[in-house]
Parts: sequence; C-alpha cells; structure tokens
Amino acid sequence: MAGITGYGFYVPMWRIKSKDIAVVWGSNEERLKNLVGEKAVAGMDEDTATMAVEASRRAILMAGIDPEKIGAVYIGSESHPYIVKSTSSIVAEAIGATPEMMAADLEFACKAGTAGIQMAMGLIDSGRINYGLAIGSDTAQGRPGDELEFTAASGAAAYILGKTNTIADIEDTYSFTTDTPDFWRREGEDFPRHGGRFTGSPAYFNHVLSATRGLLKKMGRTIDDYDHFVFHQPNAKFPLAAGKILGVPKEKMEGGLMVPLIGNTYSAASLLGLASVLDDAKPGEKILVTSFGSGAGSDSFSIVVNDEIENRRIPFKIKEMIKNKKYLDYSMYVKFRRKLKGVEE
Amino acid sequence: MTEDSRLKRDVAVIGVGQTKFGEHWSQSMREMAVEAGVKAVEDAGISGHDIQMIIGGNMSSGMFTGQEHSSALLADYLGLNPIPAIRTEAACSSGALAMRVGILAIASGMYDFVAVGGVEKMTDIYGPQATTALSGAMDYDTEAYFGATFPGIYALMAQRHMHQYKTTREQLAMVAVKNHENGFLNPVAQYRKKITVGDVLASPMVADPLRLLDCSPITDGAATVILASADMAKKYTDTPVYVKATAQASDTLSLFSRRDITTLDATVEAARRAYSQAKLTPKDIDMAEVHDCFTIAEICAYEDLGFAKKGEGGKLMQSGQTTLGGKIPINTSGGLKSKGHPVGATGIAQIIEIVKQLRGDAGKRQVNGAEIGMTHNVGGSGATAVVHILSRNR
Amino acid sequence: MVKEFAVPFHWRKFKERYQFIGSKCGHCGEHFYPKREICPKCRRTGKMEHVQFSGIGKVYSYTIIRTPPEGFKAYVPYVIAIVELEEGTKVLSQVVDCKPEDVTIGMDLHMCFRKIRSEHDSGLVLYGFKFKPVK
Repeated sequence: MAGITGYGFYVPMWRIKSKDIAVVWGSNEERLKNLVGEKAVAGMDEDTATMAVEASRRAILMAGIDPEKIGAVYIGSESHPYIVKSTSSIVAEAIGATPEMMAADLEFACKAGTAGIQMAMGLIDSGRINYGLAIGSDTAQGRPGDELEFTAASGAAAYILGKTNTIADIEDTYSFTTDTPDFWRREGEDFPRHGGRFTGSPAYFNHVLSATRGLLKKMGRTIDDYDHFVFHQPNAKFPLAAGKILGVPKEKMEGGLMVPLIGNTYSAASLLGLASVLDDAKPGEKILVTSFGSGAGSDSFSIVVNDEIENRRIPFKIKEMIKNKKYLDYSMYVKFRRKLKGVEE
Repeated sequence: MTEDSRLKRDVAVIGVGQTKFGEHWSQSMREMAVEAGVKAVEDAGISGHDIQMIIGGNMSSGMFTGQEHSSALLADYLGLNPIPAIRTEAACSSGALAMRVGILAIASGMYDFVAVGGVEKMTDIYGPQATTALSGAMDYDTEAYFGATFPGIYALMAQRHMHQYKTTREQLAMVAVKNHENGFLNPVAQYRKKITVGDVLASPMVADPLRLLDCSPITDGAATVILASADMAKKYTDTPVYVKATAQASDTLSLFSRRDITTLDATVEAARRAYSQAKLTPKDIDMAEVHDCFTIAEICAYEDLGFAKKGEGGKLMQSGQTTLGGKIPINTSGGLKSKGHPVGATGIAQIIEIVKQLRGDAGKRQVNGAEIGMTHNVGGSGATAVVHILSRNR
Repeated sequence: MVKEFAVPFHWRKFKERYQFIGSKCGHCGEHFYPKREICPKCRRTGKMEHVQFSGIGKVYSYTIIRTPPEGFKAYVPYVIAIVELEEGTKVLSQVVDCKPEDVTIGMDLHMCFRKIRSEHDSGLVLYGFKFKPVK
C-alpha cells in the first residue's frame, strides 16, 4: 500500500486583500466576507515550475531520499508555463531526479494534483517504481472584475509517495467523474469562464459529496471514523457547506481550511489543506481528503497517519510560513499577474 | 609568473588626430575613422603611403552596426590597401590594445611607421540594445544572465569600497565635477558643461549608489595616432613623444571571481610592469589619463596606479591634488565622463591627450612643465588593464 | 526586443543553473562557480570535480538596478548582489522577496529557484538560482 513519505509546500509571500480588489470594481464587500479575506499572489519571477520546485525540495528533505530514486514526476496545473513543453521535466531536472524516470504534466482544473497522486499510487502498488512525486501547483488567473478574481491564488504542494518509511498511508481512493462543464477556458483565451451559480450544486457539491460518500461506502466507514476532513476549497463557504451536509463537525474541518488565509490555490488547494493537517496530525489519526476539479470530478482519499511522522517533521509548518507576507495594492497586483497589455518582456 | 622583457627599439608618437566625440548622426563608422586617420597623417607630416600597418581597436562593430572585419573596412576606406590591418578587442580597452600592438610591431624591427586607432559607432541602435551590446564586456553567462548591467557591476564595487574604506558619495561626485571642469576646456569633448556635486547627487539613480552623472555616456568617435621608430621621429616632428613603457595584464572576467572587488589587480599588475620597464615610480608621473567609465573607477585607479594608498582614493580626490592645478592632474581631457566614451577609441584618445600635453599643445588645459604622462585603459570590470607611460624625453 | 539565442546556448547550462552546481579542485580544495575544466591555481595538476552548492551565503556587495538591460524591464527595481557562499566562493545573482532598501552587506541568504526572464513571449522561459533573506 502506497503512502506519503514526505510532503512539501510553497506559498508566495505576496498578498492582496479582497477589499482592495472590491474597491476597484465597486463590489459588495458584505458579500465577499464569506469568500476569502486575502489571497496569495505569485511574484513576477515565480511561476508554476518555480513554486513546484520549492515545494518538491521540501518534500525530498522530509522524505530523506536520494532524488535519483524518484521513478515518476507528475505535476498537475492549469497554469503550466508552456502550453506545449513539459513542466514536469523542468522540475525533475531542478530536483535532480533525471534521467531515469517517468514524467507527465496533468490537467483537470483543481484536481490535477490529486490525479497525480492516484497515478503514482498505481505505479508504486504495482511495484513498477519505488517513489513517485505528485505535485499540484498553480498561479491561477482570475478575469478582472469577476468574482473569481477575489479567490484565484498561487501556491504549490508536493507529495512523495512510496511504500517504505511512510509518515502516513493511503488506505484507499475513490473518484467520481462526469462531464459537467461548470468552469472552462478555451485555447488562446487569457481568462476562464464559468457557469455562475451552476458551479455549486451540480458541480462542486455533486462531485465532492458523491466521491466522499462513495469512498466511505467502498471502505465500509462512516464520517465518525475520521479525525480530519479536507475538501477542495474554492472559497470558505463551499467546503464548510459540504461538511455540514455530510454531518462533519466544524472542528474537524478547521485544520485543513487554508482558503481564508491564502485564497484558492487551484491544483494545490486540497493538497495544501492536507499539508496543514499533517503538520499537526498525531499518529493514528485518520484524514479524509476530497478534491474537486471543474469539468468535473472529485478524488477522495482515506489517509491514516503513522508513528513515523513524529520523527520526520521539518521546521516551518505551512501556517508559520504564510505569516511571512507583504501586501500589494491592485495596481501592483495587476502588474504582477501580467494582466496589462503591451509590457515588454 | 613571467615578466616583460625590453622593447628591442624605442618608439615615438609623431602624429595625432581625432574626431569630436559626441552623437554623430550623419557620420558612419568608416567616415569617422577616415576623418581621424587623415588628421593624424597630416599632423605627422607623412604620406599615407608611408604607413606600413594599421591596427584598429573596436569593441563591438558587429552588434552596433552589423559589421565585423572592421580592420579590412578601415584599410579599404583609408585608401591603405594592401598593407596589413589588425583589429584589437578587449572591450573598453580595445584602443590601448591597438597602441600596444603598434608599439610591439615597431619594436620588433619589422615596421617603421604604424597607424594605431580606435573607433566606435554606438548610436545606430537603441539604448536598451546598446546596454545589451556593452554587457558583452562582463561575463555574460554568470553576470549578464542574472540581469546585471555595466553600471550595476561598478555599483557593486562602489558599495563595497564605501563599506570597507568609508569612501563617501560626495567624493565620487567630485570626480565627475572635476572631469566636467576639464572637459569644459576641451574642444573635442562631448559635454562641455560644468556641474556641481549637488547636480550629481540629484541626478536619477541608475544602480545604487551610482547616479546618471556618475556614468560615462554613449558616444560616437574615432581617434588615431601615428607611431614611428624613435630614431626616425625627429625627421618628422620637433616634438616627438616617446614611449617609455607599454604594459598589460589580465584578471578574471567576472567581478565576483576577483581576489578583492575593490581593487583591479590587472591595473596593479600592468602598472607594476610599466613602472619597471620605464624605471619610474608613481611619484615620477606628472599627469595621467585614467579609465573613469564610472566615478568609482577613477577612485580605484588612483589606488591601483599607486597615486594613493589602498582605500584612500576618495581622500586624494577630496584633497584637490588631481584637479588641473593640482600636484598630479588626472583626466585633464575631461575623462570618459565629460569627453565621452566611444569604447574602441577611448584608449587612443587618452594617448592623444597626453601627447598634446607633453608637446605643450593642450591650450587652456595645459599642465605646465609636464614631462611624463601615463594612460590607463580598462576592459570590462577590470579583466584587462593596459598602461602606457610616455615622455617628452627619450 | 531581447536578442534571442538558439536552444543549446541555454540548454547546456540547465543542470548547473537549476541545481546550482560548480566545481571543486581536488588538489587545492577551492570551489568555483561556474564550473571550470582547469583550476586557475593548479592548472593541469588540479583535479576538477562537480560539486553542488548548499545555497547558503551572505551578501558581500549589492546594488539596485533601476535601468534594466533588455528582458528585465518588468522586474525593475531589482537587487543584484555578489553572494559569498558558505563554501567560500562568490557568485552573482539577484536578492528577492524583500524590499531593495532593506538589503545590507552581511545579510544571511539562502537560495531559491526562480524565473530569470523569458525570450520574448514566444521563446524559452529561463530559470536559475536567486537568493532570499533568511528569516
């Protein structure tokens, strides 16, 4: 059974407050309260690859393995630096995993990172590789003035999976996938479009709830068997609402709720939530993680923490790291996110 | 370490000529070179037919004008075919390198008359492209790659010099003020306008702590010097100027690889060899044209050439001893700052200023009784340094 | 517009720039960045090996670039610094994630993996090591 031998995270230090976006577009501040307080913004010299490398280096440090032993690198994102030319090979080169390894770039909106975990699990469980690196990393782009501009954020999470020396084991996984176009971007377009209120019940909730229930049914478990829950977090409202429907006590969700602090990091979102839980988790605790990717699908995981976690903690928990921050105003934000036309690169 | 031996025979300067330095919109590179060449030949009183070889210094005609093979270009348009022509390049010291090669050519005994020159046409491309072309003088892969600029590299030197030796911002500014005062008196200077320390400190910041007025400009220009074997010199001029030393040294290309970033070891070594060849010490030098691509470079030159102790270059500037009326006037031409810096031509222009001074021909800039002058030309951030010592007496 | 180089010019440097690899002379023990085939001290008696730097260092000197070269306009003002690595050798790169005015000589740094620039909008994205202050 594959497990997590190391995890790492990276959140850029720049932030913008929702109210500083609201003031530009005349948005209703009251309505925004439930969405996010502030979000993380990638610096001008950061992108999906650079954040993925930083997160992966931390994961390797925790795993304590020689990076050459990594047999596969999968990176899920919807903001890969190139449309055609792998990000995974750039990351693999930077961490020293090349050349004997498999690699691919993945896309499935916000669940591309968890899809990578499932792929690595398959290769490990079948004995084809010893260690696999699955990364979710995004510098998500929101259309100016759109609701999603308040939440689309930047961040990366990296998980090294293996069979030996794990700090937590993945007992099982279950996915629920349908063709539900709640949020999309056509090639050549700068910004995505979405279905407005359609992104709720038929999209996020249908898939998150179905996947979670499906996993529990498959494993013969109930909500009460778990100590922590991490759901995909496009805003602060949706995951808590899903938890309420499932009967999850609010305290069991708090550890993994990163979105109010850093916004929706898309492919990294549920994985950063998981990292936050792992930072404080005790041996024996059970964690249920359900991601969601528009388009649409959810990947659900049942994870149990083992004793080894106490021996492998490395300095700086994610909640510590994100305390180091600097605020941008909307004009600097727009420059950083390259929303201005005509700037010479 | 190896040492320089002796020149097999003495060499003298018998003629000089240059264009004004500035933005020459209507002149191309070859036109400027011809103007300087003709003036030098006329000054020497020789015929073009007497010239046996030309050596032209030029840093980057390829990137500035799309033209390489500038040696062939010059020989052709100067009407000098089929004589041999050489191009020398060592970034901003390309000109002094041409002088050096010309001296060695005559000293070898193979040639009696050699024309050495330098030319750079810098204004046929846009500013940012010129900055890119000039960044070829540093280590592209490890300095320019990360976004360093030329002023940035010298700013790194300045920051450290100020940190280690308490050199002040005002002392750096005084270098620019002095050089503008001198350039004001020089008919060929690009900028003939006096400035104050306040002007320097109020000019826009380019790379902290260096401001716009700490930096030499982008300039077009050409300069030529006619060299002859010393035995023949008196036939052509009453005021030959003799070469007492020609020396050159190399150091690491990148600044960060240096032993000490506040010292140009290449300058120190080239100067040591020059003093040794000429059997002179810094005290014997009456005046010098030094490489002030940025104000900090002149401060370092004072120390590295032996005019001031290590770390006391700023104090020497502040003392006023390097002004026109001082004990050791430096950059009476206005230096690179005020005279202009057409990269390949600068080294030759420095020679021309010393020659004029030693001939008594420097007009309002004349340093009375100057007998021995030095030139100091640096490539990049100090990877190459070329030092010459010239004298009125053989 | 930045003058663009063909792929191999950048590609052959990926490993050393991404992983921060230089050389160490097995004979005199000195470290070098970038890597060298010949030790400047020992010349042919030197034994050059590849070495990966830890990325830990201090600011030796720095400046703030306000007039950028081509390709860096979007990043102005940015800090370039000569960094003294814990291995003893020095290197030049940028210092990021702090206010330019807050950089001081002697400041402790550790390296990070960042984008350097793009070759236009359609060319390669160039990456390398930069440094950020240790908090």
